[in-house]
Order: sequence, then structure tokens, then C-alpha cells
Amino acid sequence: MAKPIEICTAPHLKRLQSVEQIMRNVVYALLPVAAFSVWQFGISALALILTTTVVAMLTERLFSQLAGRGNTLGDWSVVISGLLLALTLPPGFPLWMAAVAAFVAVALGKALFGGLGFNVMNPALVGRAFVQAAFPVAITTWTPAFAPGRFGEFIPSTLAVPFMKPESVTPWVNGLNIDGFTGATPLAMQKFQHIAASTNDLLFGNVIGSTGEASAILILAGGLYLAFRRMLDWRIPVGVFVGAALVATPLWLMNSELYPSPLFVALSGGLMLGAWFMASDMIASPVTPWGAFVYGALIGVLSVVIRLFGGLPEGVMYAILLANAASPLIASWTQPRVYGETKRQEGGA
Amino acid sequence: MDVKLFRLFKRHATFAHGGVHPSEHKKETAGLPIRRLPFAPQLVVPLSQHKGAPAKPIVKVGEEVVRGEPIAEADGHVSVPMHAPATGRVVAVDLWPTAEGPKAPAIVIEPYDAASQEILYEDPVDIMNETPGEIVHLVKEAGLVGLGGAAFPSHVKMLPPAGKSIHTVIVNGCECEPYLTCDHRVMLEKTDALLRGVRIAMRATGAKRAMIGIEDNKMDAVQAIRQKLPENDAIEVKAVKARYPQGAEKMLIESLLKKQIPEGGFPVDLGVAVYNVGTLAQMGELLPSGRGLIERVVTVSGAGVDRPGNYLVPIGTPVGFLLHSAGVDAEANKVILGGPMMGMTVASLEVPITKGVSGVVVYAADESDRGERKVYPCIKCSRCVETCPMRLNPSMMALLAQKREYERMESEFHLNQCFECGCCAYVCPSNIPLTQYFRIAKAINRERPAVAS
Repeated sequence: MAKPIEICTAPHLKRLQSVEQIMRNVVYALLPVAAFSVWQFGISALALILTTTVVAMLTERLFSQLAGRGNTLGDWSVVISGLLLALTLPPGFPLWMAAVAAFVAVALGKALFGGLGFNVMNPALVGRAFVQAAFPVAITTWTPAFAPGRFGEFIPSTLAVPFMKPESVTPWVNGLNIDGFTGATPLAMQKFQHIAASTNDLLFGNVIGSTGEASAILILAGGLYLAFRRMLDWRIPVGVFVGAALVATPLWLMNSELYPSPLFVALSGGLMLGAWFMASDMIASPVTPWGAFVYGALIGVLSVVIRLFGGLPEGVMYAILLANAASPLIASWTQPRVYGETKRQEGGA
Repeated sequence: MDVKLFRLFKRHATFAHGGVHPSEHKKETAGLPIRRLPFAPQLVVPLSQHKGAPAKPIVKVGEEVVRGEPIAEADGHVSVPMHAPATGRVVAVDLWPTAEGPKAPAIVIEPYDAASQEILYEDPVDIMNETPGEIVHLVKEAGLVGLGGAAFPSHVKMLPPAGKSIHTVIVNGCECEPYLTCDHRVMLEKTDALLRGVRIAMRATGAKRAMIGIEDNKMDAVQAIRQKLPENDAIEVKAVKARYPQGAEKMLIESLLKKQIPEGGFPVDLGVAVYNVGTLAQMGELLPSGRGLIERVVTVSGAGVDRPGNYLVPIGTPVGFLLHSAGVDAEANKVILGGPMMGMTVASLEVPITKGVSGVVVYAADESDRGERKVYPCIKCSRCVETCPMRLNPSMMALLAQKREYERMESEFHLNQCFECGCCAYVCPSNIPLTQYFRIAKAINRERPAVAS
């Protein structure tokens, strides 16, 4: 025993699952969704995904250096933010705007608060909210999925010159000669024209919309994988769908002409992606079991309320950001009852 | 595998929330019978091996002592006497390193070269015909303390405060800490002594029944004890789920009785007294012959040990001597007294084995699950909240600890309900030293009133 012996405090065992493993697995779970979007929208989607991810990583690197935290890319969390951001943007979104979104997402959404673990809101959605306000036209310009030649040419708006108004995609879309393409997402069609897309099309991504929100099935598969590996709190997505159904079902039962079915609500737009991958961001959601459920339900309720009664066809982003802000409050209201606690303390919340 | 499948279908009782199941590492020693360790050249008997007041020495330097003879007397009610672990000469009554850190007074004995391990110093009594009060006295005289690790004087728990009574003795055979198998071996090899001890404890406390709780990874022990019990006996053996920290008394009570000890209370508030199987086996062995506690079973295990096993170790044996006997190789770099979830690492191998030490776990330099990883900020993954058996919110308490808001941790988040089982720190993917934060916070809160007055 010539060697020095080591002193430290209990416990002297650690489960081997670490932060970087959890984050890396979230990335794995997102990859099929990203791959599908590339197949659906071609090289424009690929360029978009690469742009946001690389810019997000560079921003993280820059700010972690400035903050004296060294290189924090190793925790993989910024890759998730970059990927998710691309998946919430329209496939033909100009790359320079995507770069702005990615920079804002990491700089204002994450680094400003102190980096990993300290962000109040989901960074990707902070970036998206910024460009939603800054570039309202570009972020609602949709292009058709499965366009012929999508692997050979970019959607014209993708390569827009920075700080210039992107050229209209209408001539290009008309040139594709796709029957019945109106440039409206299933949500907008439902909201303004009361035409609902078929469940099959929604499940398998045969619809237009944001880059990564199309295929409900792949998102569900990735989410379930994470839930089974306990890298995602299942109570959050469950809460989201319960909350959404609570609002949507009575309305649909009252007037199925005007209001969408709960199934349509769950499968369309960003609710699936939001519920499984964005609402479930651990850092900006409550740690208490009941809190997670309440938080999820709040997102579901808000999303549907914004969709059906607000000015926008989609409300998932704002719903999640609002619930993120409410998360600490929800957590403090839902503290579990401690072993042996006889009655809840007055004012303990 | 077949055992795991079996568990899927047959669920044994367990506590209501949380817990973890680390690799057990028990098969290395579970099958090895208890072996007697020779005397070390020097035996060091600290005067404070238990909770409560340290014992007062009644021997002087140079005096000759006989194995089993009292060498220190209890100082007050919450205290126990010490007995000589070997026949030999007292060479010092002096400060000595302890596992906790600071040096503390101890009696150092050099056994004679030819000293026998036979115990001559005894005073047999017909224990089951003694009065409960006399049994409690004899338990104290035997120097018995909780051998599961807490080292709380056993006789104190036999005397309920005014207005309370004990109806059930709960016997803790869970041994939920990884690596440790000493209680398992005691249940298999000293079944008769254990049952005698249970009956003594029942008589002393006035309890009408006893329940022995054993984790279901030790079904052989469950069977061994059941075979020795007559039909409809007041003693009942119950298998409980193998889930750490099943052996914590609050958890075991919840598993067996489906009741919770009120916050700030004790098992006696539910009419229960909890004893470890090792303690009761010693009680059953020592009391009828009027002997004192001078040895205990210690599991020596871990990748750094060549000859792991369950050793019957004289109290006061230096850890270094025990490890040398168990063939600890030079690569060992971390020595833990107790189990790896709650045990303490020692700074010096001169530290003696005391009454509360159930195991010595030695890690080799290259073990993977030791926890030397980068510490990340909390990502609020809620694993700690899910695993805390006390249903605390470690994530929130850690944030408060980092801001030094120790009083809020206590007043709003029930800090004092934390018994430092380590589940939260075990599962934390950010590798935050949660248990350590809570230990520090409690220590600071304890000092605060003293500063204020």
C-alpha cells in the first residue's frame, strides 16, 4: 500500500448515465426526423439543418470561451438546440436568416443565462420566436414536399442574399406544376377553410409544414425511445396531449364542421415535435412529477387555444415559451409530500 | 436470469417511492462462510464507537487484561461499556486516528503472543427468565450497539418514553448496501443465536410480535430462518424487494407496516423497535453467557481484494491488518468502511474496526462506476426527485445549497428528513455531489443556534 489512498465522500458508486449521454441520445432520436425531412424537402432542408447546427455550435463555443467556461461543446446540448431549430423552420427558409435564428437561440436563449442548465426557456424556440417577429413573411412561406429535383436544386429562397428581401418562391412553385398546391399548411387550411388533412397524410408526413414537424410517426418513435430510456419525462408529452384534448374535444363535439378533431389537433403542426422534443427540455420544465404533468397540460391547452382562437394558425411555440416561464412556479406548487410529513406547511409554496 | 424472471411475477413488499438498484457485487462473498481473523499485534479500542457519550476507561497503562473483561464503563444512559478484545497488556490510553477524521481517545492493547481466542471471561444467566428491566441492563453491560452501521446503543431503544409502548420488533436483515454480505452469512450460520436474540428483544421491549425483513436476493436466508420457526410463531419472516435503501429503518418500516414515521419522530412513535440481524445474533449469543461485544463479522470485498470474505474480526483490529490478511494488492486506492453508498473512505489504515463497521470495500484504481467524472450544472432531469426515498427535492435543495440558503433548505424543503442514503448523487447525470451538499448544510444548520445564543 505504498500508493496514497483516496479520500472522498459517499456515495462511492455512480450510475454510468451522464449528461452527455442523455444529450447524445436526444440527438440520435432526432436524426430519423431530420433524415426524413431531407428526403422530403431535399438539399434545402439539409443545408438548413447544417446551418443552424453549425452556427449554434460556433455561438456556444464563442460564448463559453468569453464566459471562461472552456469548451462546452462536449455536453452535446447545443447540437440539440441547433437541430431542433432547423426542424421548426420552413424548409425554404433563407439560410442567413436561419443563421441569425441560431445565433439568437444560443446567445440570448442560453449563453446569456449562464449556459447549460440555466436557460429559462427552450433556446431553439427563443431563436424561432425571434425570427418569427423579424421575418414574418419568410417564416410563413411554405413550399411543397417531394418536389421533383429537390436533391439537385435549392428552393430559391434558401440562398437569399443576406439583408435583402428574398425573391418570391411563387414562380418556382408554379413551375413545379403540382396540382392543388396552395401554400397553406394543414393547420391554416383547417383554420381558415375548414378542410382537414387526412390522418394518414399527417402520420406519414405527406403534408407541407416546417422542416421537421411533418412525420408524426418518426417523432413519436424518437420520443418513445427516449421515454423508454428514461431520458425524457413521459408525463410532459402525455400532459400536452391530455391538455390539448381537453380543449379540442368539447369544441369538436359541439361543432365538427368548424373545429378540428382531437386526432387532427394532435397530429398536425408542431404539437407532436413540440410535445416530445421541445416541451420535454428538462432544463426549462418542472422537476416535480405532478409539475411535469401540469406543465405539459398547460402547453396543450395554450396551443389549442392559440390555434383555434388566436390570430395565428399555430400556437405550440408560444405555448411552450409561456409554460417555460411558468415552470418554476408550477414546480413550487407541486412539491411532493415528503415521507412522514403530517400536513402541508402553510405558505410552504 | 431465472431469478429475475421470477421476480417479475412475484413482487415482494417495498417502500412506496424511489430507491435505486446498483450492481450488487455480493456474489463474490455471499457464499463464503465466516472465518476467524487472528489477533493483530496491536488492538485499538476507541472509547466512542457508538452514538452518545464516550465510555470512561477503567484500566491503566501497563495493566493486564483478559479477553472479554470490561475495560471502560458507560458514561450515562446513552453510552455503553467496552470490553477487552484479547488477553494482553494495555500499552496506551491515548488519541488515535478514527474513520471520521479527528483523533479520539482509545485504549491500545498488545495481545500476548500465545493469546487464545477462547473467551473465559463470562457470567452465564438464564436470560429468558430475567425481568425485562434486568435484560435491558444486561444488554447495556454487553456493550451492544446497532451493528448495521448506526452504532446506536441497543438498550436505549428498549425503553420507550413515557406514554409510549412497543408492540413490534422489526428485525432488519435487508443488507441493501452493495458488496456487504456479513448479515447474510450471520442469518445463515447463526440462525439460532439470531432467533434467541429476537426473543430476548421481544421480552425486553414487551413486544408481542416480531417481523424479520430480508431482501429477496437472500431467499436462502429467508428459508433458513423459516425452517427454525414453529407454526404460528410470534416471529414472522418477510421477504422484501431488493432495492436500496431498503435497509434504512424508515424504508423497512414502510415496506413491512405500510406506515411512515412522522417527520422528526422515531420508530417508537409507531410502537416499533428496529434491530439489525447482526445485533440480535450477538445479543442471542452474548447475553446467556454474560459476555461483552468484542468481535463482529466484517465483509472485506471489492476489486482491490485478493481474498474477499466474511471475517470474524476482533474489535480494535486496524484496517491495515485486516486488509493485509485479506490480500489487498498494491493497486488498491480507495478504502471504504461500510458499504459504498453510505460508507466513509479512510485516510489512514491505522484506523481500527469498531462496532459499527460492517464492511471494508477496497476499490482498485481502474473501476468504472466510481464516479470520477466531470461535474455539470443541474439539467433538472428530475432523476433525483424520482429516486429520493424520502420524496425530497434534491435538485431544488442543491440550488439553495449553492446559494448558501441552508435555512430555507430546512424550513421549506425538509432537509433534516434526508438521511444521506446517496440515491440522488448516485443517479445524478451531472455528477453533482448532492449528498455532500446536504451533509454540509445540516452541519452548518446544527451550529447556527449555538452561534445565535
